[in-house]
This record gives sequence, C-alpha cells and structure tokens, in this order.
Amino acid sequence: MLAYIIRRVFQSVLVLLVVGLVAFAMFRFVGDPVDNMLGQERTQADIERLREQLGLDQPFIVQYWRFLEQAAQGNFGLSYRQGRPVAEILIERLPATLELAFVSGLLALFGGIALGIFTAIRRRGVSANVIMTVSLIGVSLPTFLIGILLIYVFSVELGWLPSFGRGEVTRIGGWTTGFLTESGLKALILPAITLGLYQMTLIMRLVRTEMLEVLRMDYIRFARARGIREKSINFRHALKNTLVPVITITGLQLGSIIAFAIITETVFQWPGVGLLFINAIQFVDIPVMAAYLMMISVMFVGINLIVDMLYFAIDPRLRVDRTAGGH
Amino acid sequence: MTDTPVLSVRNLVVEIPTRHGVLRPVDNVSYDIRAGEILGVVGESGAGKSMTGNAVVGLLDRPARITSGEILLSGQPIHTLKGEALRRLRGKKMGMIFQDPLTSLNPLLTVGDQLTETILEHLGVSQQQARERAVAALEEVGIPAARSRIDSYPHEFSGGMRQRVVIALALCAEPDLIIADEPTTALDVSVQAQIVALLKRLCRERGVAVMLVTHDMGVIAEAADRVAVMYAGRLAELGPVREVLTEARHPYTSGLMASTPLASQGHERLRQIPGAMPRLGNLPDGCAFHPRCEFAQDRCRQNPGPTLDTCDGRAACWFPLGADRKQEVGA
Repeated sequence: MLAYIIRRVFQSVLVLLVVGLVAFAMFRFVGDPVDNMLGQERTQADIERLREQLGLDQPFIVQYWRFLEQAAQGNFGLSYRQGRPVAEILIERLPATLELAFVSGLLALFGGIALGIFTAIRRRGVSANVIMTVSLIGVSLPTFLIGILLIYVFSVELGWLPSFGRGEVTRIGGWTTGFLTESGLKALILPAITLGLYQMTLIMRLVRTEMLEVLRMDYIRFARARGIREKSINFRHALKNTLVPVITITGLQLGSIIAFAIITETVFQWPGVGLLFINAIQFVDIPVMAAYLMMISVMFVGINLIVDMLYFAIDPRLRVDRTAGGH
Repeated sequence: MTDTPVLSVRNLVVEIPTRHGVLRPVDNVSYDIRAGEILGVVGESGAGKSMTGNAVVGLLDRPARITSGEILLSGQPIHTLKGEALRRLRGKKMGMIFQDPLTSLNPLLTVGDQLTETILEHLGVSQQQARERAVAALEEVGIPAARSRIDSYPHEFSGGMRQRVVIALALCAEPDLIIADEPTTALDVSVQAQIVALLKRLCRERGVAVMLVTHDMGVIAEAADRVAVMYAGRLAELGPVREVLTEARHPYTSGLMASTPLASQGHERLRQIPGAMPRLGNLPDGCAFHPRCEFAQDRCRQNPGPTLDTCDGRAACWFPLGADRKQEVGA
C-alpha cells in the first residue's frame, strides 16, 4: 500500500508541474510585462536594466524553475490591478468559496445518496419516478439559469432570501465566516442550492444505478434467501457495495464544485475566489489567474489522492497483498 | 420420523406473462421430500429446476408467479404467504444454497458478520452466543481454524471453502429444508466430491430435507435418494435413484443417462438426444418430448399429454421403457 501511495504522490507532483507550466506560459503569451511597467519615455538601457532585475533575461527553464520555487512558497507576485500580493488576496477570498463549496457538497452528497437509495428501492413507485423526471431538469439546465430562476422566485417574487452577496460575516482569526449570522446563513441558501443541484442529481442517478445493479447480485439474493430484513439488505448489504464507485465520482465532483463555483459566484456576486478569477480575466490580471489555476489544480490533485486512500478504507479486497489472494 | 413430508409440492404451476402469451416454466409439478432425504432434481438448462426451487422459497423474480398448486412446509401451506411472514421462514425453516460461491457472499462483510446477522435474525440469542454458533457452524462444515477465520472476508477463502461458508450460512439458523441450486457446478471436480459428501453428511446428521438441483447425473447418483427428472417445466420421471438410473422408464431419462460419460463404458461413442428442448413459448401438443423421442407414436402428439398421475406414477410417458415396454399405460 505504501508503494501505491508513493506512486500516486509522484504522479500528483507531475500533474502539478504541468499545470505550473501552463500557468507560467500565460505570462509570456500576453506580451512583455516590461512594456507595461515602464512608461512611454523609456530607453533601451532602462528596458535592459529592468529585464535583468526581473530575471527576464534568464533562459526559459531558469525562469520556470524560479516561478515554481516562488509558487511553492505561495508567492505569485503582485496583482496587476490591485497592486497587492496575490496570495494575500486569495486567502482573503478563499473562506467565502470554501464555505459555499462545503455546504453545496454536503447538500449534494447527502441529498444525492438519500434520493438515490429511495429511487432505487421504490423503483416502480410514483414519487420515485417524479424525482427521476425532475432530476433530468437538474442535469440539463445550466447552472446560471437555475441561479437566475431561484433569484427570481425567492428574492424578487417572494422576497424571502437575498439575491446577492454574502450577508454579514464574522471574522475569526484570518477566516471570515457567514455561518454565525442570520443574514450570512440566509445568503448562503440560494447559491448553495444552485451550485449543489447539478452534483446532487448526478450523485443521485449514480447511486440509483449502482444500487439497482447491486440489488441484482447473487449475494443480495442469498441474503434474502436467509431471511435478512429488507432494511438490512438495503442499507447494510447493498449500500456499502454501492458506495465504492460513488466515492470516486463524489470526490471528483467535490473538486469541480470549487472550480465551478465561478459561475454561481458570478450570478450571486459571491465574494469568493471564483468571482475574483472572473474579474481578473476581465482585467488581464495574469498573476491572479495563474495563482487561481495553481490553487484549483492543487485542490483537484489533493482530493483525488484522498479519494484513492478512501478505497482502502471501504473495500477490504484492496487491503491485502496480491500474493495472499484466493485461487 | 413423522409421516408428514418436510416439503410437499402439489401440482405447482409457475407462469410468466409475456407479450406473446403466458409461459409456464413450471407446469403441474408434484413431489415430496422427507426429513433426512435428498431429492435430486435434474434436467437441461431451462427445464424449470431452479424455478421450482425459487418458487418454494418465494424468491421468484417478477413477473414470474405461482398461479396454482400448493407448497406445504411440514404440512403448512407457504405458497400463500407474503412479505414479512415469508421472510421469517426463509433461513429459519428453509435455507438455500446458490451455484456460485464467488458471488453468493457479500464481499464487504466478514464471514462472521454474515453468519451472526442471520443467526441473530432467526434465533433469539445474544450477540456473544450468535458468534459462538457462527464458529460452530463453520466448524461443522469443515473450515479449519474456524475461530481465527471468522473475521476473514470472503475473498480470503478459496472457492471450495467459500461454498462451505455458503452452506454454513444456509444451515446456521437450523432449517428443516435446504434447497441447493447447482451447489457444485462452479467448483473444481475434486472439490465437488467434498461438497457433495458434506451435504450428504449434514442431511443424515441433522435430518434435514434436501432438494438438490443439478444437471450433473454423477452428483445425483452420488448423493440423491430419489430423483425427479424435469423436461420443459414438467416432471418426466420421479422415483428412487437406483431404479431411475438403472432402469429409466421415460425415454428422456434414458437418453440423459446414455449421454452421460461413465468410466465403465470404455471408449464407446456417447449417444446424444437429437434436437433441443423446445422453447417454453413454443411447446408441441401432447408430450413435450415427442419431437425428440424415437418411440413417439400418434398418441404422444395429442393433448392431453402424459403426466405422472395419468401414467404409472413413475414416468410421464404413455409407452414407458422397461420389461413390458410395448405395453401402453393408462389406455
């Protein structure tokens, strides 16, 4: 198992290096930064001096290495637009995105698993079929449309929930949280549903399919033939077997929840990193874009790694050495 | 031993409604199994062997259902039971063993978990006692070092050992009836013999009634006391195993025997029954076997076809083989 983990970590590092290369390349594709930094009245000598100062006269590989070195220490330079360190801006914005992603993730996971089990067990029931049909809408409607619809119904027409922003936040150390105030919680509801709905329907359909598959297995039939209660068959015998593939997908979805938060954050003007990224694109704020790219890829890779570890926890067949295997 | 058979199947009919009409995978089947007796049920694939077993434990897959006949367990009708009442009987009064031990055990639960769950469900014992019983059950089916292996997962056992675990699971709540559906088919030949011997021993020691569904004549000859031969959902022949195997009365049984390789036969070419079993949706009139039967006569092609009741009670055939084989029965 240790060898497996080491191999996976090695692969993860490789992925990050490639993403780093992409992020680094962005700087070079949008023109010479020296042009922007020096004014109209510049001499060739000025340009040369600044190039040397910034290390731009070094070969590509050296520049890339220095970029990685800095990035690994969380240093992505100054934001072109705000003139502040990018890392500082990201850290400031991160709590909003993480809280939103956390709530939507929970919603998607528990809602998806519960509905998936329900629709699988009551396969022929009316309510299960209604849920399945409605879930089609969840899958096929684009996120921004769902967000706008929710805003229209619950903010504009009913006036129950705020349509934008994060409400009042409380500061605890370096973290700002919206969980502790009523307006903060209220503001969280619509964006969380918008962001989590697609993932929820996806998980629900996945759980349902897997569950139906598992319920057809011989060991479920054998458990029935032994007179095991339906409750235990569904939730002990079947669910555990269902969860193995579900965990993979769910883990990957968790990553994409953070990444896709861009759209939801834009619709709800949620002050997170996604909105920061969109604004950065509009102003060609390369350092912010590069840092965001690196951050998301670290999250994806990290989540993947954790998901792989989870397999071992759930499936005993992976825990033993191959050599000890049966026949 | 009381006179009431443990299992009594009376004129059982299982039907599957389809778009092209109603199929009858089990058609008017009757037999008894007494305590301590092994009834072998043989036939080709699709002859209705497994379907009969599933009907008994009430595990028919929809849309198949019992449309007439009776199933009596120790004299009590169980074919009318549904849901919860039927669930309580399963495992407790009747156990079932499936074909493939690789897929019959839940891969994510330990063997001990699966055993104790079943024991706790049916016998009013404590967690501790259930575990002791689970160890005893594993020992009884011949799993070495049962106490240390009880917390192992199914994949840590070999195929033969897994089938022993399956048998332990089927027997752990002490049922009176075991339905073994092709219990040896998925196993190595050397292991098959062990499993058959184990079933025989448990049947004798516990006085369990066993319904042994198989297509392997060798297993039948080895284990069964009586044998029921099924063809196209109907009983073709039913009788004590020695008599049926040595003097088959139904031409189908005889054909089945002739197509089974025996070491004593030397290098003679095996005979085969010409043709294939008719599809259920397309059964011929009269005796379902007549298109493949070399002795078929006009009467065989007419309805109603022969049944055990209308013939000599042993073979469902108008012109049974044997000493007086030209003698028409029931005429």
